[in-house]
Amino acid sequence: MIKNRPHKESPSQTCGPYVHIGLTPNLVGIEGVIDQDLGMSMLSDNTKGERIIVKGQVFAGDGTVIPDALLEVWQANVDGLYDGEDFKGWGRHPCNLETGVFEFETIKPGSVEGQAPHIAFWLVARGMSMGVSTRMYFPEEQSNADDPVLALLMDEPARLNTVIARKDGNTYHFNIVVQGENETVFFDI
Amino acid sequence: MSDAFYPRDLNWHPASYSPKYKSTALRSPRKPLLAFPNTLTEKSGPVFGHDLIKEGDNDLVHNYAKAGESAIGPRIMVHGQILDENAKPVPNALIEIWQANAGGRYRHKNDNYLGALDPNFAGCGRTISDAEGRYSFFTVKPAAYPWPNSENAWRPEHIHFSLFGSGFAQRLITQMYFEGDPLIPLCPIVQSLSDPKAVEQLVAKLDMPAAHTMDRLAYQFDIVLRGRNSTLFENKLEGN
Repeated sequence: MIKNRPHKESPSQTCGPYVHIGLTPNLVGIEGVIDQDLGMSMLSDNTKGERIIVKGQVFAGDGTVIPDALLEVWQANVDGLYDGEDFKGWGRHPCNLETGVFEFETIKPGSVEGQAPHIAFWLVARGMSMGVSTRMYFPEEQSNADDPVLALLMDEPARLNTVIARKDGNTYHFNIVVQGENETVFFDI
Repeated sequence: MSDAFYPRDLNWHPASYSPKYKSTALRSPRKPLLAFPNTLTEKSGPVFGHDLIKEGDNDLVHNYAKAGESAIGPRIMVHGQILDENAKPVPNALIEIWQANAGGRYRHKNDNYLGALDPNFAGCGRTISDAEGRYSFFTVKPAAYPWPNSENAWRPEHIHFSLFGSGFAQRLITQMYFEGDPLIPLCPIVQSLSDPKAVEQLVAKLDMPAAHTMDRLAYQFDIVLRGRNSTLFENKLEGN
């Protein structure tokens, strides 16, 4: 049941071309304001689980990369919990401003409440009116067949494939297509 | 465990493709969004403690300035409260801001505008909302500046805000405008909002009682994040 709400959510506005000044100032040469950009490292020495690398690029509607895209990820620990103790679970990963490649080290998460292991993604860029959300799933996981979100895409294999990474050793390749024929499935959540 | 968020009113937010804002042409998802009930992944989120913030992180006038110096421009305080759709304060929200300087120039290698850089101004800061959801920044008023979107396009004076509440699905980036700025209705990015009330929600109000005599003006800017639909407790006085 949805109640009447006294307030409307503040509407989104694009992050614009200079989002890094605010979210990763050290990356764009603004030093001394904050010691370290937030979310650059997800692991600690105490983090349990299989170390993996996630790597990809973000593409615009004409197939060019979006080097100014900035991603944030949120994932469970190896036990499928979001407890934030030995593993914060959150990362902020700007694309390389020249090549457009994003890359981060993390662990493979456990299953969360009956869902297949996944990493939630949120990303913003100039020209995007609002941040968009998606997930990355793991291609080797048998449990993908029982995942309630993937189940919504079972009749559309091409769309389904946009949220499943490609595995190469301990590296998972995950490209995000913002617009076009192979557009990534984005969520209304 | 935490409750699910109310569905987002996507008509209140700007359209993904907003033709007047040219950069959306190739960067706007066009396929239907996939809706599903919030799972723990969407309802939970990282916790940012007050220990993350050091004194002065919310003071853009001084956080990049040489000792004894300060940023150039009209000194202002921007303050307000972070609430959710249920009008409940959001404590411990991470608030990060960035802006142009008082000459309309960003400290960024891609910004080649004629406006001069201020050696004492970086244009970024952050803070965490207190137990009542309140926050404040001390900064200089940014200037309007031209941009290449279209003939004679100007951005109104604005400050970018990034908000992190208690759940990953609450994540929001927006912009704050200043009451009385005649450039607001002319801006293609503002025009991506279809409802004038939505625009109004992004306009900070001059707050004379909060101004400091012979020091700075103040603007009040309250921000609303998504609320949780905690129907289980609706008959109780507390719990919402």
